[in-house]
Amino acid sequence: MTRTHITFTLNGDETEMLPECGTSLLDALRDEAGLTGVKEGCGTGDCGSCSVLVDGALNCSCLMFVEEVDGREVTTIEGLADGSTLHPLQTAFLEGAALQCGICTPGVLIAAKALLDRNSSPTESEIRFGLAGNLCRCTGYDKIVRSVQEAAVRINAGTPTNEMDS
Amino acid sequence: MKIASPNTVAEAVELLASEGDARVFAGATDLIPQMRSGRPEPSVLIDLKRIDRLISVDVTGTTWTIGAAVPTSGLTSNDAFASAFPGLAEASGLIGSDQIQNRSSWGGNLCNASPAADSVPSLIVNEARAVIASPRGERTVAVNDVVTGPGQTSLAADEFVVEFLLDRPSPSTADAYLRMTPRTEMDIAVVGAAVRLTLDGDTCSAASVALSAVAPTAIQVDEASAALVGSSLDEAALQALAAACSAASRPIDDRRGTADYRRQVAGVLARRATQIAAKRAGGSDL
Repeated sequence: MTRTHITFTLNGDETEMLPECGTSLLDALRDEAGLTGVKEGCGTGDCGSCSVLVDGALNCSCLMFVEEVDGREVTTIEGLADGSTLHPLQTAFLEGAALQCGICTPGVLIAAKALLDRNSSPTESEIRFGLAGNLCRCTGYDKIVRSVQEAAVRINAGTPTNEMDS
Repeated sequence: MKIASPNTVAEAVELLASEGDARVFAGATDLIPQMRSGRPEPSVLIDLKRIDRLISVDVTGTTWTIGAAVPTSGLTSNDAFASAFPGLAEASGLIGSDQIQNRSSWGGNLCNASPAADSVPSLIVNEARAVIASPRGERTVAVNDVVTGPGQTSLAADEFVVEFLLDRPSPSTADAYLRMTPRTEMDIAVVGAAVRLTLDGDTCSAASVALSAVAPTAIQVDEASAALVGSSLDEAALQALAAACSAASRPIDDRRGTADYRRQVAGVLARRATQIAAKRAGGSDL
């Protein structure tokens, strides 16, 4: 069995792995790094529940080999909050009840972050297209879209985010 | 299985030639689902994205050189590219979600050889050439000569596409691409139509029309271009164009659209794409 030694930055921390060749980034994150916020929905890049940022770019971790992130920077849902301070998107999703079963939520939040990073004031239509690669089978998307709009307003106004309940 | 990440074209050529079943990949958005669905696993997978030429966008004089593994998001966000080739930029931006856009490439879209590949008709009407590397050196072929059937290309097993060459069109030349999908987003074209035309005053002096998803490969429809050239893109010319596109289509029936529907939509989309391209080329409203 061939293994390759790789080093990358995972949620700000230098990380080393010795994965079996051909392991998906998704499986490596869940099984090696223990980051189970990254979900597998379809495994074919259709549902977006495995979304992560690689060097700031939105990617489906199921469609990448973990070897490809050697030397790169990977951000998962576990790296979205700043310590115990939730990201404004997370706060808005909680307050707006923009989730039901929650399986798609980590991927939606990561995709929404990628969207707001490049477009700080997206229109409703831009949000819907920006999140088109993330399927939710529960909410019907309205609460998700409204919560992204709310988070954008708060980020642009510089409103302090809420502390996470301890 | 082994994954190799060469830094030069020469290394990649050597790796690909070293194992009979080695395969190159760019974004792997088609490759990984194919491997999961049970296709045999190659012994060596060669990641082309660490090779500078494969991920570079350069303009020298009027020639654009675009690496075969450049993610399509890098093209749609490139204002100079999108203004020189608006239809090609739009077509490239239609490949999947934002997640897929950060991975999908022209090299992959072309060599996966789906009849519905969105970038291919626009590459054809813009007369794009593919630079192909192998142990025998490099050769340049028209994109139109690469795909031979669904999942089939004219590339030998030891060849891969390094980059694409495109000539910046004159200001009175412009392109457009339209596709029909049952859903608004995250869907595969039922019909795609790309048109590029040149205006001389109000007269169309050159035109190229290509369709996707209506035949085993994308097809260039010479009868459709002939219907436009010499005309003022009047109603008769547009009707002749639409009829030529419908006649050239040899679609299949599937759950996303019937053959009859695809034939009719091919004409409608080509007509609308012509009107958009004409407007971009500086023509008056049609």
